[in-house]
Formats: sequence, structure tokens, C-alpha cells
Amino acid sequence: MEQTEARTVPLALELKGITKTFGTIRANYNVDLDLKHGEILALLGENGSGKTTLMNMVAGIYYPDDGQIFVDGEEVVIRSPKDAFDHKIGMIHQHFKLVDLFSAAENVVLGVKDGTKYNIKEVNERVREIADRYGFNIDPKEKIHEMSVSQKQTVEILKVLYRGADILILDEPTAVLTPQETSKLFAVLRKMKEHGKSIIIITHKLHEVLSISDRVAVLRKGEYIGTVNTSESTESSLTEMMVGKKVSLSIDRSEPVNTVERLVVKGLSGVNEEGLKVLDDVSFSAFGGEILGIAGIAGSGQRELLEAIAGIYSPEAGEILYNDPKDGARVNLRKKTPLQIRELGVRLSFVPEDRLGMGLVGSMDITDNVMLRSYRSGFVLLNRNDPKKLAEEIVRDLEVATPSLKTPVRRLSGGNVQKVLVGREIASAPSLLMAAYPVRGLDINSSYAIYNLLNEQKERGVAVIFVGEDLDVLLALCDRILVINSGRVTGILDGRKATKEEVGFLMTKSDRVGDAETKGGAA
Amino acid sequence: MASEHHTTVKEPLIHITKNAAMPFWKGLLIRATAVVAAFLFCSLLAALFIGANPGEFIRAFIEGNFGGGAWSLARIRIWELIKGTAILLIISLAVTPAFRMRFWNIGAEGQVLISALASAAVVYYGKGIKQEWLLLVLMLIAAVAAGIIWAAIPAIFKALWNANETLFTLMMNYVATLSVAYFLVIWTKDKNGSSSLGELQRGHLPSFGNTYLVFTIIVLLTTAFMFVYLYYSKHGYEISVVGESQRTARYIGINVKKVIVRTMILSGAICGLTGFMLVAALDHTITVDTVGGRGFTAIIVSWLANFNPLIMIGTALLVVFLNLGAGQLATTFRVSNAFPDVVVGIVIFFVIGCEFFIRYKVHFRHKNRHAAGAIHSGSDHGNDQENAAPAPAIPDKGGKLK
Repeated sequence: MEQTEARTVPLALELKGITKTFGTIRANYNVDLDLKHGEILALLGENGSGKTTLMNMVAGIYYPDDGQIFVDGEEVVIRSPKDAFDHKIGMIHQHFKLVDLFSAAENVVLGVKDGTKYNIKEVNERVREIADRYGFNIDPKEKIHEMSVSQKQTVEILKVLYRGADILILDEPTAVLTPQETSKLFAVLRKMKEHGKSIIIITHKLHEVLSISDRVAVLRKGEYIGTVNTSESTESSLTEMMVGKKVSLSIDRSEPVNTVERLVVKGLSGVNEEGLKVLDDVSFSAFGGEILGIAGIAGSGQRELLEAIAGIYSPEAGEILYNDPKDGARVNLRKKTPLQIRELGVRLSFVPEDRLGMGLVGSMDITDNVMLRSYRSGFVLLNRNDPKKLAEEIVRDLEVATPSLKTPVRRLSGGNVQKVLVGREIASAPSLLMAAYPVRGLDINSSYAIYNLLNEQKERGVAVIFVGEDLDVLLALCDRILVINSGRVTGILDGRKATKEEVGFLMTKSDRVGDAETKGGAA
Repeated sequence: MASEHHTTVKEPLIHITKNAAMPFWKGLLIRATAVVAAFLFCSLLAALFIGANPGEFIRAFIEGNFGGGAWSLARIRIWELIKGTAILLIISLAVTPAFRMRFWNIGAEGQVLISALASAAVVYYGKGIKQEWLLLVLMLIAAVAAGIIWAAIPAIFKALWNANETLFTLMMNYVATLSVAYFLVIWTKDKNGSSSLGELQRGHLPSFGNTYLVFTIIVLLTTAFMFVYLYYSKHGYEISVVGESQRTARYIGINVKKVIVRTMILSGAICGLTGFMLVAALDHTITVDTVGGRGFTAIIVSWLANFNPLIMIGTALLVVFLNLGAGQLATTFRVSNAFPDVVVGIVIFFVIGCEFFIRYKVHFRHKNRHAAGAIHSGSDHGNDQENAAPAPAIPDKGGKLK
């Protein structure tokens, strides 16, 4: 049946035996893929499985070492993004490429050579027409720098549609969106599908795959594993294809026991280097024996909050009170340096968001990085023996994949870098552990290894503060969830009862007026 | 196959990809090849432009560094080679800790010169000091203090107000040079127009064996000290952390300002030691050319050694060897004495250029390529799949030298 259908209606896009290597790294090996007209295909795979590389070859960013690409049944050669557009293929990249000072329509028309005279009114008109057709909520005359992330993404999609693309490739489009914005985007994608567009969406979020796609193609370590119909798949069957073995996707969440108030933050306010308010009267408590999640759109003050507690960022007002578990003494950590905090006997560990830029030193090996916390012991000369033993333990217990202890950590993969960092921070037996986006960029196995480590710390009575971006994980892991929005706390929810929509609403509710319409529509 | 309008497409002749980590010996081999290639290139230049055939070219290098024939002459030449290497090495050691911290101190020239001036001033004004040992101690103290002051001023401005250390240290050089010129005028006022100070009669460091032996031993001890300090001391570790990432340093509670000032004080102190020895052990006088640009050459020596004090012995030796050899060639063939600079420049160009072959791999067009091949996009780099590049031997930050 498939055979006869294929002969009458050619596939929108077909890849055969695509191979691409970078130095010794094989990004794609002998990958096949097909996309039918008017379908949404999810391209699923872990970080580093070669999804983006593969699509970049279709979009003309890279040229394959080997293999063939067919569009509408005819073999094509795609050497540049222009070639891709000539074949009506357009890609929306993860990082937007927009001119901030131009309007939406100006960005859309930038670089288009259709032989007609540039007339911004006509362009505005056409952009508006396309937006109306697919249900985008956008003003063609609005400047990019005034837009929210989701509106910028809309402009990127419009750019591609304006150039007449029939095949759209979206690289992790939901990574930067709130749940409400995501459902809005999905509605638009379904509408485009109804209009006969073929869509490939790159993602590693399983629930999104299941809700939006018709079929799922899976890559693992650069190789093509297979394509399945979404209606016949489940989260666990897809995970198994992705990882190559069965993985338990549940996070154990024990009831907090013997909780004691470990950290009390009162009225914390502060500004950034540009003088903009980044923390606005933040107050909350963190308890030993529980995981407190912090949810918020990126850049809402999460980083400053954790860095203020760690003594790296200096807030203007407020108190950061730490209750010592040993003698119950209360100390104010504000205006103390990290060294002073340590000398007070406060056992505070911090896994910062920027692993290689703040938590570790990229050019140093594992031993020297483990030593960062303990190098001050000893007289004049360094003692590398104990850090070396600890490094060996971390490598063994957390299964860090490394050629040797002498390998500079920046040569390790993201998951292994993170294990070294988390391992070091946990090794000092903290009573307060803060982790900012600890699973960002990690594959499923490493992510669950990190969740387990956080849970273990919680069970030992540590107060854990976890800043996350994946709401599903926050809801599954945390006992309480603090939602931060433009530097203000907009709510503290019970992790067992809260819903994604509630959290998403609190994350965005007081946003600028321009956004209110979008939010209103979805909520 | 490819549709008709794509018939001319071809894979490019060469394309470049990043290299994975390379074994140490292979990197060494590539660098050694570069030095040899540079040598061949220089001998070709010499043959073309000054008419020195390859035999004469090699002979000039041997004579320039090791003398020709008589042992007495050879011994003098070899000691000149050792002395030159030692001076360059100790100044290179002085700039190294700051460079490992990514503090671009290009003021070693001035720091050494002002220290030499301070030493000479102690001799000039210290006529009342009868004990020779006391005079020497005061010379050393004055020199080290002057070096520290010259180095600490830009460091403090950097630490407190983030003033650009490169410009600041550079300008301190001119202040040092002009200070020397000023004092020379005063000191030679009654010498009937001669602006040269002549040999200082006192303040000579006692020597045994060869004149340069004590100096050489002190430089070797400094090398060992600096190696241990940078690789095995807490201070050295802090320097590396600050150099790599000030945010990491703050995260673990290192006082960045303190480390910057402390490290520059050490740099200045070693420059002071050098300035003292230039006056007390080697020159016994001072001119505006006492340091003679070695404060700048030291920067190159330090970088070429990847800031490792032990490797620096080799790079300092290489640079001095080239200078003396090419200098001999220039004398023999009566060409401009800029010729040594040309040779050193060419060799350094080759050595730095060969880093390309250590970091990248060059592929040529394959013959059995798939028929539908096309122009490679050339955007191999920066892919998310790729491991970070191997540690560069020459760090790519820091901008231009000199």
C-alpha cells in the first residue's frame, strides 16, 4: 500500500545515506529520512545525536560528506541556504537571527531578491496576510527589540513562510517558550499542516512529540534508528528507541521528613550592572529535607538570587539568614564574600548555571577542579593527594566517562562536566545545596543521575534549591515550587498539587501589555 | 543523478577540520619541523640577498655561537651565548606569572631599567658606604623596590579601576627610559660633554670561575623557583584560576584584586633582581640601552614556551642562538644589523604558524567521491557535536605584541 502511494504522490523530502563527520567525530552516519506532504514529523534524539547537523544539511548550512537528498522525488544539491529556499525549504534555528532595530516586516523582507521594488507598505500587507492565514498574533511594524521571545520566533517563522517555504524545519522551538506559548505555537503548526505544509520539528521533549506530530523519526548517536507512527508510540517506547535501552522515567519523590528551616530570605532587592532591578523584595524560606524548586522565564532573577546567597552578587537590601544545623545559630550572609561564608562554617554548595565559566576551570584537569574547594588547606604548597582521591571517587561513583584524571574538563561532554561539578559540590557534605539548571544539555541517563543525587541529598536532610526550566521535571521532583517573575516572587506552590498551567501563568502574568493578549488567548 | 544545472559542482580542493588532541611527541615533531623549515628559508634568503651560500650560512651560525677553531675563543663565545640566554630567560620568567593570569604586562623593559637605575644610584650616591657587602645589599633592596613600584602601580590601577594594563605598563617604560636619560645627564655633568657614565668602580658582585657563572646560577635557581611556584603552590594555582575565569575565582572566594597586585609585585621583584644583576654582575654601568629591548623579546619567549619556565630555557636559548648566528652573518657579509631581527622574525613566524597544523587537519579532495558532490559549505567549525579544540600552545587571547 505504501509503495503505490509513494509512486503517485512523491515524498516532500527524502534523505538517503547521509553521512557527515567533523574531524574524528561522526555527527551523522548513513541516515535515511522521509517526510510526506502535509505531515508533522518529529525528529527525536538526545543531545549530540545529530538532529541539528542533519537538518543543517537540508537547510544548506553544511554539505554532506555522502548521501543524497530528494525533494518531490527529484535529487537535489543544496549548497547554501539560498539553494534550500529555491527548493522551498526553510529552517527556523534555535538562535534567532534578527536585526533588533528593524521592524518585523523589515526583518522578514531582508535579503529577499524577488526582482520587485522594495515597498514597505506592500511588505507589511503581505506579512499581515500570512500572519492572519496561520493565526499569528503579530504587528508587522513592531520593532524586534520590543518583542518577547515568542514573538521573535514568530518573525523567524514568517521569514520562512514569506520566502514561500513548503517544508519548514523548526530546531527545538519550544525550548524558549512557556507552556501557554507552546500550545499557541502548536496550534499554528497544525494550521500550517492543514494548508499543506510539511513540517519537521526537532525536539527531545517526549510529551510534545506525542501531542504535535504524526510520525516520529529517531536518531541515536548520529545513526538513524527508525520512524514510527505517533499514534502507536508511548513515552517509554520512544525513550527506548532514543537511548537504546529501557529507562525508568519516574522520579522518586519521598515525603519530606524532619524539615527544619535552614535558610530565610527576607525582602531581598538588587540591581544589575545596568542599574535595572533584577531582584524585587524576594522573601522565602528553604527547609532542610526538602527540594525547593524555582521556576521562571530565563533571566527573571534566578541567577542573581542564587549568587546573592552564595556571596557572589551583592544585593542592595534585605537579609539572607542561615540557621546553622549544629548549634542553631543564625547568621546573615548578605554582604559576605564566599570565603567569609565558608569561614563562618556555613556548608553551602552551589552548582552554578555556567559550569565551565564559573563552577569549573575548563583548561584544568579533574583533580585540579576538585581542588577548587579545598586547595586552601596546607601550607604554601598545594596538596594534590586528597583531591586526587576525591576525583577518583567522583569518577567511579558518578560514572564519569573520561580518558583519565589528567584530561582538561572542557574536553569532557556536558553530562560528564556536570557530574564532576555536582560531585565536587556534594562531596563537601553541604547543609544547603543550590543547583541552577543542573540538567541543561544533559542526556536522559545523566539527567536522571542528577535527579537521584539531588533526592539523596534531600533525604540526608540537606536543603536543596533547584532552579529548573522543564516544568514537568520541576513538578515531579520538587516539594515546593517558588515562581519568580521579573525579580518578584509571584507564588510558592505545592509541588504535588500544582499544575503546569498554574506555574506557567505565574511565570508570565505581570508581563508587558503587548504580551497580555497572547496570554489571555491561551489561559 | 544531479539535475542538469548542477553539472559543474565539485568538492573544493582542500578543506579544513579541527584536530582532536595530539600526542605530545607529534606536536614537538611539528614544531621542530617548523624550526628546520624556517632555517632553510632563512638560508635561502641569505643566498639570494646577501650572497651567502648554505655552507657559509651554517658556518656563521656556528661561529656566532660557538666560535671557530681556537678553544679560548670558543669559550668566550659559548659564555656569551649562556649570558644572553640567562638574561632573556630571567626577564621572561618575570613576565610569566602575570601572563598566566592574563594580565598583559608589557612593561618588563621599564621595570628592569628602573631597577638598574636604582642600583646604579645607590653606587653613585653611596660613596660614604665603606663596606662593599652593605653597598651590594642596598643596591639589591633599591632595585627590587624600584621594580616592585613600577609593576605595582599599573596593577593597583587595574585592580581598583580596571585600567588597561597593556597601555599603562607600556607607558611606564618611557618614564623609566627618560628617568635614566635624566640621571645620566646629571651624573655626567662634569665630564665635559661625555654622556656616558663609564664603569662604576664599586658595587661589583663577587664572582668565581667564569664572570657569568654566579649570574647563571641565580637565573637557574629562579627558574626552578618559578616552576614550583606556578605549578605546585597555592599562589600559582590561584593565578591559573584568575587567568582562566575571574568569575570562577570569585565563585570560590579568591580575592581577585589581591591576586593581581600580589602577582605583579612578584613580577616586579624579579625584574628588580635582574636590574640589580645587570649593574652589579654584568655591565657595571647603566645606559638607556641597558635592557636593549629584551623586555619585549621576553614576552615572545614566554609565549613560545606556553608560559612553562622549563620550556622557556629552550625558547630563550633558541632566540639568542638565532640572534648571535645571524649577527655573525651580518658582520661577515657587512649587511645591516637588522638582519638578526629578520631571522628571528621568520623563525617565530614559522613556529607560530605551525600551530595551525597542530590544531587543524587539512583534507584534500578525495578521488572516489560521490558523483553528486558539491561545494563544501566550509562551515565545519563551531558545530555542537565537536569537542573543544585542544589547548592552544599560544593562547589566542591577548592581541598583539609590541
